[in-house]
Amino acid sequence: MKKLIGIAAAASLALVLAGCAGGDGGTGAAEGPKALDELVVGFAQVGAESGWRTANTKDIQASFEEAGIELKFSDAQQKQENQIKAIRSYIQQGVDYIAFSPVVETGWDAVLNEAKAAGIPVVLTDRAVDSKDESLYVSFLGSDFIEEGKKAGQWVLDEYADVTEPVNIVQLEGTTGAAPAIDRAEGFADVIAENPNLEVIESQTGDFTRAGGKQVMEAMLKSNPDIDLVYAHNDDMGLGAIEAIEAAGLVPGQDIKIVTVDAVKDGMQALADGKINFIVECSPLLGAQLVDIIKTLNDGGTVEPRIITEETTFTQEQAIEALPDRQY
Amino acid sequence: MSALLARLVASRLFWPIVMLLVLFTINLIAFPGFFAVTLRDGHLFGSLIDILRNGAPTLIIAVGMTLVIATRGIDLSVGAVAAISGAVACSIILGSPEPANPATVAVAVTVALIISLVLGMWNGFLVAVLGIQPIIATLILMTAGRGVAMLITEGQIITVNSPPFKALGSGFWFGIPIAVIIAAVVFGIAALVTRRTALGMFIESVGINPEASRQAGVRARGLLFVVYTFSALCAAIAGLILTANTAAADANNTGLFIELDAILAVVIGGTSLAGGRYSLVGTLVGALVIQTLVTTVYTVGIPPIATMVFKAAVVTIVCLLQSPTTTEALSGFRRRLALRAGKGVAAS
Repeated sequence: MKKLIGIAAAASLALVLAGCAGGDGGTGAAEGPKALDELVVGFAQVGAESGWRTANTKDIQASFEEAGIELKFSDAQQKQENQIKAIRSYIQQGVDYIAFSPVVETGWDAVLNEAKAAGIPVVLTDRAVDSKDESLYVSFLGSDFIEEGKKAGQWVLDEYADVTEPVNIVQLEGTTGAAPAIDRAEGFADVIAENPNLEVIESQTGDFTRAGGKQVMEAMLKSNPDIDLVYAHNDDMGLGAIEAIEAAGLVPGQDIKIVTVDAVKDGMQALADGKINFIVECSPLLGAQLVDIIKTLNDGGTVEPRIITEETTFTQEQAIEALPDRQY
Repeated sequence: MSALLARLVASRLFWPIVMLLVLFTINLIAFPGFFAVTLRDGHLFGSLIDILRNGAPTLIIAVGMTLVIATRGIDLSVGAVAAISGAVACSIILGSPEPANPATVAVAVTVALIISLVLGMWNGFLVAVLGIQPIIATLILMTAGRGVAMLITEGQIITVNSPPFKALGSGFWFGIPIAVIIAAVVFGIAALVTRRTALGMFIESVGINPEASRQAGVRARGLLFVVYTFSALCAAIAGLILTANTAAADANNTGLFIELDAILAVVIGGTSLAGGRYSLVGTLVGALVIQTLVTTVYTVGIPPIATMVFKAAVVTIVCLLQSPTTTEALSGFRRRLALRAGKGVAAS
């Protein structure tokens, strides 16, 4: 008899578990769509390490407020452990959706599995994770960093198309291990490989910050007196590099050309002033697209696993034109 | 001669200085022009100048930290205080109609420093009056402080266009970086006030045995209060330099983990975390070792992935060489060598 009860209990438990798993499909069809003002979305931001990131934060917060969806926001200060803690706390609070920009690419499987077990769909914004299990997130909304690196590389290739001497390039990398740092380096390297004169003679991380870019550039200028071009993985490091170049008595944009990625306002200003030569845009304004994804999922629809944000590039002339309307 | 050598080796500063020289040599091999200091645009220019200028904030904070550690305390909140002072100064400058006016900058700097005094007194109050353990007491401000800085900057990086403010971080005075001059002044004042008066001895006595010092008539409570306030003031000065260096207040990154660098500088300099005897000169050497290490990574071109391991290795070596057990073993080894060579230890 006892054995029977045990089996029955196990069976009913299995049923309950199956029930949970059934709900995990993300369709939510049984419950039907929730009213927007009942939805809670948890967003785990990387930090506020650059002007780009703060523009991204502001846009997401504004978009959710406009849509009337409650947004729980956390700032990980560029630390993966903080971000994992934030995501865990969202799972415990039972939010409806979780969105986050992973600080680094790897090490997310455990926490994403917890979210999956809790039946909370995860949307990645702006940065990808390196995981074989693609069922861990419903969509990745963001830029194609390899493409950005290629665009930067293409400009360099065109600029130095007729050069017969070696061109010394230094690269200011983003945070070591971060997706944009890896991909922007890769895309750039792929394209400039076409011209053997173009050589990246040194590459160092500036952690996506101005102070980092400045300090690295200072040291590079001392040990490599013949730098022709700086490729910085974001505007802020480029702005730091400008300071270092000026302190060395050189003219940024002329003596040493600068190519960056992002196109934040301070960067665009420097581009318009002729201190930067070319900027590949990486738009932080993806709040509206994120809200759309959440709405679609809430209505029981499906979304593409990869959504790319629309982006362009800027030359100095284009920067002067675009600057007055720049939001961030 | 060998007696002199033995005394040198026994000195707390021997290994840190050796490490500094080793790092210099590595740099020199990787980049022969490492020691070259030239005059460019009317100011000094060279790798050594970079090390001094970029190391100035760490040194300033480490000076305050040395005194705190000498009282058997620790101040984890310095990075947050640095972020707050930078944020305060930049938002004042940004909000003023004349950001380039030196008077505006003077007001901004003064307000930032006054706020840091209040923050330091808060730490001092928790430690000296309420008797909370320093690591816990300052942890409060370490965590909360960055939040405060974020509130002040509203989560943005505040960029200011103010040449007089920027000069604090990247300007020059008679060709010498202003940041270095500020660091020298802070160091000089701390050395003068604690070593030319009995204050330094009081601090050490409180660190060695608070109760005995109290019974001997040292006002430990007031002393702790002053030490933590001074540490916060140092942190604020460093924060202003860090912020001025890029002319932008970045609440998230200004002085991030600088408390650890400062503690490391103090420890490399031979001051024990258990309190008591301290060495400001040691702290100076420690701060230089740390900054030279950072510059070495860039000069030698160590790949970013290996950077942390390289730094860890160097720091581990310094700490191992400095530990009392190693020193003991080394001197024992030397004694045996001397005996084997047929010379008595006494003869040397």
